[in-house]
Amino acid sequence: MKKLSKTTKSNFITYGIVVAALIVGQVWANSGSMSSLLKGLLVPLCAYMILAVSLNLTVGILGELSLGHAGFMCVGAFSSALFSKMTMDSLPEGVRFLIAILIGALVAGIFGILIGIPVLRLRGDYLAIVTLAFGEIIKNVINAIYVGKDANGLHFSLKSVTELNMDPEGTILINGPQGISGTPKDSSFLAGMILLLIALIIILNLINSRAGRAIMSIRDNRIAAESVGINVTKYKMMAFSISAALAGVAGVLYAHNLSSLVASPKNFGYNMSIMILVFVVLGGIGNIRGSMIAAFILTLLPEMLRGLSDYRMLIYAIVLIVMMLFNWSAGGRRFKERVAEKFRGMRKGPAKEAK
Amino acid sequence: MKNKKRWLSLVLAAAMAATALTGCGKSSDDKSDSAGSDSKAEVFKIGGIGPITGDNAIYGKAVQNGIELAVKEINEAGGINGYQVETKFEDDESDPEKAVNAYNTLKDWGMQMLTGTVTSGPCEAVVSETYNDNMFQITPSGTSVNSVQYENAFRMCFSDPAQGTVSAQYIADHNLATKIAVIYNSSDTYSSGIYQNFAAEAKNQGLELVAEEAFTSESNKDFSVQLQKAKDAGAEMVFLPIYYQEASLILAKADEMGFAPLFFGCDGMDGILAMDNFDTSLAEGLMLLTPFSVNATDEATQNFVADFEEAYGGIPNQFAADAYDAVYVIKAAAEQADLTPDMSASDICDAMKTAMTEITYDGLTGKSITWGTDGEPSKEPIAVKIENGDYTIM
Amino acid sequence: MSLKDFGGTRFSVYKKRSEGEQMSFISYLINGISLGSVYAIIALGYTMVYGIAKMLNFAHGDVIMVGGFVTFTAMTSAGMHPLAAVLLSAVACTVLGVVIERIAYKPLRSASPLAVLITAIGVSYFLQNLALLIFGADTKTFQSVISFDGISLAGGQLKISGVTLVTIAACIIIVVGLTLFIRRTKAGQAMLAVSEDRGAAQLMGINVNGTIALTFAIGSALAAIAGVLLCSAYPSLNPYTGSMPGIKAFVAAVFGGIGSIPGAMLGGILLGIIEILAKAYISSQLADAIVFAVLIVVLLVKPTGIFGKKIQEKV
Repeated sequence: MKKLSKTTKSNFITYGIVVAALIVGQVWANSGSMSSLLKGLLVPLCAYMILAVSLNLTVGILGELSLGHAGFMCVGAFSSALFSKMTMDSLPEGVRFLIAILIGALVAGIFGILIGIPVLRLRGDYLAIVTLAFGEIIKNVINAIYVGKDANGLHFSLKSVTELNMDPEGTILINGPQGISGTPKDSSFLAGMILLLIALIIILNLINSRAGRAIMSIRDNRIAAESVGINVTKYKMMAFSISAALAGVAGVLYAHNLSSLVASPKNFGYNMSIMILVFVVLGGIGNIRGSMIAAFILTLLPEMLRGLSDYRMLIYAIVLIVMMLFNWSAGGRRFKERVAEKFRGMRKGPAKEAK
Repeated sequence: MKNKKRWLSLVLAAAMAATALTGCGKSSDDKSDSAGSDSKAEVFKIGGIGPITGDNAIYGKAVQNGIELAVKEINEAGGINGYQVETKFEDDESDPEKAVNAYNTLKDWGMQMLTGTVTSGPCEAVVSETYNDNMFQITPSGTSVNSVQYENAFRMCFSDPAQGTVSAQYIADHNLATKIAVIYNSSDTYSSGIYQNFAAEAKNQGLELVAEEAFTSESNKDFSVQLQKAKDAGAEMVFLPIYYQEASLILAKADEMGFAPLFFGCDGMDGILAMDNFDTSLAEGLMLLTPFSVNATDEATQNFVADFEEAYGGIPNQFAADAYDAVYVIKAAAEQADLTPDMSASDICDAMKTAMTEITYDGLTGKSITWGTDGEPSKEPIAVKIENGDYTIM
Repeated sequence: MSLKDFGGTRFSVYKKRSEGEQMSFISYLINGISLGSVYAIIALGYTMVYGIAKMLNFAHGDVIMVGGFVTFTAMTSAGMHPLAAVLLSAVACTVLGVVIERIAYKPLRSASPLAVLITAIGVSYFLQNLALLIFGADTKTFQSVISFDGISLAGGQLKISGVTLVTIAACIIIVVGLTLFIRRTKAGQAMLAVSEDRGAAQLMGINVNGTIALTFAIGSALAAIAGVLLCSAYPSLNPYTGSMPGIKAFVAAVFGGIGSIPGAMLGGILLGIIEILAKAYISSQLADAIVFAVLIVVLLVKPTGIFGKKIQEKV
């Protein structure tokens, strides 16, 4: 009973942080004293925080290393942007964005299930490499998709625009590597924070539910979990597809924050998947709130380092290594323990460390 | 307990970031203080955006240097309308999202006009921001049509259609070949944009595309298959709407295979001769449409090349030349519109929009260039051929 | 199995083809082997470090890039003989590998494997950006260190380049050398022991830290050689040269069964052949996707790669 109340309390602290950040952000932005850079970063920050918490569900709670999270983000981004572009003139902004979010989540979730079926049969690093492979496949295929719309309806091609055989007055919706341009910019900080809050509520409630305990038992010992009658496949799929759907939502936010959407190695490639993984590991595997905060800091950090111009990414790399050593090395831990002595008596952290 | 510690480290990192931020904030203030007593009203602030880290860093670096060089010269010659110019260049890693961040950073700095972005994808994302803010933008090298889709945006280089269509016309007009193979980068906006326009126009011109082969940024080392297919299809010419790094590999591979068709490139090909250690005999006979040639004999180009080499050590490519021109175009239009630095960015933009359509500019990348309201320059691409390791204008 | 199907359908198509097309097919195969041999030599370093230190060293590709740059600088600026330049770069990379291991990986020996993975990514960013600052962003043309011309077959229609032959020979020498080293020497046996059970090895008096450092030293020297051969085969060099081949080689290593030395070589060559054939016969736009799809299928049939060890699960 005591433990439960502590978890609940910890969850409410997490929600509280988000709500407080929302209020501070809104007031600050409206007061006019917020820098343009920070204003522009508000929505990406939400998207990355959602990505971090959603990946933590796979990595920290389910205990499987996924290197293809950006692929789900990509699917969510493109499906929703396609929808928004098609309905730009026929639906009002709010309704359109709401449907776009649902579409992004749904499509990414379906991909999560489809990819989860083969992937979750594998273990460890092999699973990781297959998720990486799926992520790259998604990006590669999206770069080869051409979709156009004219009086005769929709046209698809995997080769080139000319293969679409469209009327001259038809419009091209997805133009291969040139992606989708002219997406409405529907994302807002408010929407992003609400989505983050929803993502947190879903994940934290899942963790503390019967299903969540089943998922964590699979992580801790699959064979033991199976032997007590837990349906391993079902729970693995549940965690994986929820994680994918939430990444899709982040993709929707991302896509509707920029007026053009292309799938480049930078934004939807394995680099991005790894970046999200960095958030998770740095924030604490299995620690939802930690990964959210790590995403926040690591997204801001390179922007804050802009003043260093040429040295920016070098310093960023060094900071990343130092933070990792500080967090994870034996020496760093001892140091932190000594510091933590002084904080003794304060509240104990919420989630259990993985492994 | 563990979480507490993790938090502590994150807070520490945040503190580091904050220190870095305030540190650099200070230094940039110092800079502007030394530039003028009241920096706000005394100098024009021109920003630049492009990749200076990541795969495309070379193009961003070239543009950064081109802008810097032009600004230095302008300031030494008395500035624009008697006011000095300040410039600041921000990294976008060739990513649309980062480009918007870079743009916002420059806005915080007080940018009044933007020279950027360097690559097409980010440019499309930034142009909708500049349009919303009514900020004047001229891209030195963003070639896609949508890069300048709004009336506040202008272009220094050729557009994708201009390059693709003109290439096909040029090839047909000069009877260079009828059987043509294309090798393009299907993960790159620039390359696939030119390819699409080329393919469409080639059809109209009665050219036969015998092989249309793609590669991606993930597999841009081995070109044996693409060349083999072009060879098997009997291509007389291989059209390469790609950047010169990959082109250099293609030329070397073709040479190894004993395949010697005509090679034809676009402006991204410029720079191939300046590659460190490149065997220029491989590029013998290569034709390309380019706005700029380091071997042009006019004084402006020669001075530019000499100054650039002195300042940055290396031969400038067309990115640097386009950027250099873009800054001078801003100067010309700003003088036409009689701008003063105390005007707001939005007023400057309104004035520049009109002025841009009124000026005629002679620069490194073209003579008597004029702009329409659509932002496109009236430039005739020059076809050059590499002969004896040097560009010859055809 | 999927591979056999793949080859089989190709074969039936190819039988109906004219002689010219047969020639093309053979030359595609040769090209695939050339590309594959480069993947293989990179994968060897990857798989060796993984097998013993049990970590995915994402910075391996960037050590390769450093190897390329050291050789390039030694040859062009210092005018060194190619062989001396290669040796110098092997020494430089060995030192670099050991230093990286000491500073960035060793403190995390007892931490989660994921933490080391992320640190490796940090090291990878660091090396790329350091190279960017030192050598600049522009691509350099690497002068092949191999002066030997290669051989021509079928009256000059088919050509196997010197680099390919040297790369394949190097792969074989490395596979045999590493296998002998691990089986016959004390240090090699120690590596084997560390890879089997680190704790037990320590109890048996094996210097675990020293063994892992040695593994990194050898792995990095292999990376230097791979870098030189990669740049000789595809003569362009910039700070990002190593990252994509590094990932491909990682895929190759998984393909062959990560941790297995002959597996890495086989995986690399197969990956090269699949990539080239996919480009040639299916779609050059979708070649990357096809390569990854084949990998997925192989892993579903053989979940630990071609030569991978079966994982024993314990409660």
